[in-house]
Amino acid sequence: MNRSIIISCVLHTVIIIITAMSLPFLSKKPLDIPPIVSVELIQIAEKTNVPFAPKAKKIIEKVKEKEKLVSEQAPPKKVKKTKTKTVVSPDQKNKKVENQTPEAIPLPDKTVKKIKTKEENKQNPEKVDKEVKQVSEFEKKDLFDPNNIAALIDKSKEESAEVIKKNNDITQDQERNIENTGLTLSEEDALKAQIFGCWSIPLGLPYNENLLVRVKLKLKPDGSVTKTEILDHARMNKPGQGFYKVLAESALRAVKLCQPLRVPTTGYERWKELQLNFDAREMLEG
Amino acid sequence: MIKKIITLFLILIPINSYALIEVDITRGNLDPLPVAVSPLSIDEKSRKSFEKVLKKENIGEEISSIVENNLRTSGLFNPLSKEAFLQAPDIANLKPRFEDWNLIKAQALITGKVNFIDDKLRVEFRLWDVLAAKEMMALAFTTVPSNWRRVGHIISDKVYERLTGEKGYFDTRIIYVAEEGPKTQRIKKLAIMDQDGSNNKFLTLGNELVLTPRFNPASQMVTYLSYFKNLPRVYLLDIETGTQEVVGDFPGMTFAPRFSPDGKKIIMSFAKDGKSDIYTMDLENRLVERITNHPSIDTSPSYSPDGKFITFNSDRSGYQQIYIMKNDGSGVKRISFGNGLYGTPVWSPRGDLIAFTKLHKGKFYIGVMRTDGSGERLLTENYYQEAPSWSPNGRVLIFYRETKTNAKGEGFSAKLWSIDLTGYNERQIKTSTDASDPSWSSLLSN
Repeated sequence: MNRSIIISCVLHTVIIIITAMSLPFLSKKPLDIPPIVSVELIQIAEKTNVPFAPKAKKIIEKVKEKEKLVSEQAPPKKVKKTKTKTVVSPDQKNKKVENQTPEAIPLPDKTVKKIKTKEENKQNPEKVDKEVKQVSEFEKKDLFDPNNIAALIDKSKEESAEVIKKNNDITQDQERNIENTGLTLSEEDALKAQIFGCWSIPLGLPYNENLLVRVKLKLKPDGSVTKTEILDHARMNKPGQGFYKVLAESALRAVKLCQPLRVPTTGYERWKELQLNFDAREMLEG
Repeated sequence: MIKKIITLFLILIPINSYALIEVDITRGNLDPLPVAVSPLSIDEKSRKSFEKVLKKENIGEEISSIVENNLRTSGLFNPLSKEAFLQAPDIANLKPRFEDWNLIKAQALITGKVNFIDDKLRVEFRLWDVLAAKEMMALAFTTVPSNWRRVGHIISDKVYERLTGEKGYFDTRIIYVAEEGPKTQRIKKLAIMDQDGSNNKFLTLGNELVLTPRFNPASQMVTYLSYFKNLPRVYLLDIETGTQEVVGDFPGMTFAPRFSPDGKKIIMSFAKDGKSDIYTMDLENRLVERITNHPSIDTSPSYSPDGKFITFNSDRSGYQQIYIMKNDGSGVKRISFGNGLYGTPVWSPRGDLIAFTKLHKGKFYIGVMRTDGSGERLLTENYYQEAPSWSPNGRVLIFYRETKTNAKGEGFSAKLWSIDLTGYNERQIKTSTDASDPSWSSLLSN
């Protein structure tokens, strides 16, 4: 009798211990997920991308909820920064590791610090603590050891990859809502403002002619242009349309000068091909 | 069966298609385009030959500085400082290192080579698109060495045309009235110079009063008014040969003879029977035809570039305003309705605008308006200025301005000024004497 009671107690204790030990892990996992990316939600929440008709109401509500959450988190630009920096740093890192020069050392420091500020801005205490701890460990142990710096970069690479993956997940969710819609107002404005600054309009064009040049672009996720195509190419060599060639060339120069274009950080599938309609008439008539 | 399954399978595959996003770019910047004008390269032998003939140490540099100066004065280009250039002229002409030119923010590059071949000047030049890393144009000219300034102007015109889409205006000349002496005993001579102010020459001696020289748009012929024994006389002058011909003596007040676009007629106004009207004269048979017949004062006629319309100013509404009519005098229509007085209308060679002088509240303005009178824009304002004349491409106006020579308001000085259609790029054209009544020639190289 006693024996069975003891066995029962031991087994119960074991179960309680296992439960006590495993539960925190279970509870921690979801904590890892939320902080990172929601950023893009701010952009997408803007009026232009609200889908029309029956689904609209639901989606607006959803988006509003998300917006509330997000507004307390990091502003969009900062995620952009981390992304690019974490992506860039491995290359630089590797180079410097090869060289094994002392100058290589400060580099991780920089990235690490930036991660720190990013996370602080996100106002997510748990996550921030973790990151900060990791950072300080790297700082202590690895700063002067190139091999370990490489390891650090690898980790940061993994992290950034994770970030991108999560970003994409979220965008895909939203893309379901805003499928086939264009850029948001702010995305479009950012892109326009950038190209306005790069486009030197040839002033000698006859403004009573059709001054529209349509340029199709293929883009990389970072906004650099892989291919440009003038859609009305045949017009360039038509007699009496010499001005069109001048205009088309100025448009291509603007695209090249502006690279990389200020494209949204997410939804690459949406904008991997873009069409820019350069129309000089407004400026020349005005 | 298998086919059906495959078809069904293909249909059921979700195809995630995205409409192509279009972004409209309706604005750009009007900043001058950064251009690098690399000095034209020259080998030592040619350099020495040119030094002997032209007394110029490095003719390549001289020509490129003409190009640079022309592009800068147009206001549409910003020639970059040569000190920033990383590539030597001779290598740049063979194959520019676009990265280097990109680094100094040049968007276009001009390179070239000068050679002395058979006592002649041979200039090759190339225009490169730095951003696209490709050649946009390559041309070569051969001429007598003394023509080196014109070569610079022709290169400027070609570059201007290739980059702006309209013809240039650098290989042109300006005829004007050179003035000397006190206002009461003014000596007025006819003078001609390149559009940049160089190669100034006097065409008359100054013993007769000369007024309003005007170029023939079709050739290098000038018509002007001169007073002979106190009677106005209209002359024709061939710039190339220097031959001068009297078109006719006209009664009373005669004003501003001007050519028709085809150069076969001249149009002017003169007072007859107590009223001033507009007349044309056929240069072949010297027949004079009256175009307007109105008791008011009609003056300053100017043809549209197609010759179908005439713009002029008239006080038939009570104040001097601008009118247009068909070339036979029918369909007279007033186009200026602003406050003040409007005069000296000149139809743009492009046909889209009419330039004018406006007097309002004691100030003179040079302005432009569309041919229907809409879109009036005043480009420049001053104490006294008038007589705008268009550059052959219709982008720049030249006019003269009188200013007081000292702070007390004593004395006066008349100088030529140019302004482009934006109204921002205003420049004085340097002349050795005072100058008035400018007229811009058509392109010499056409």
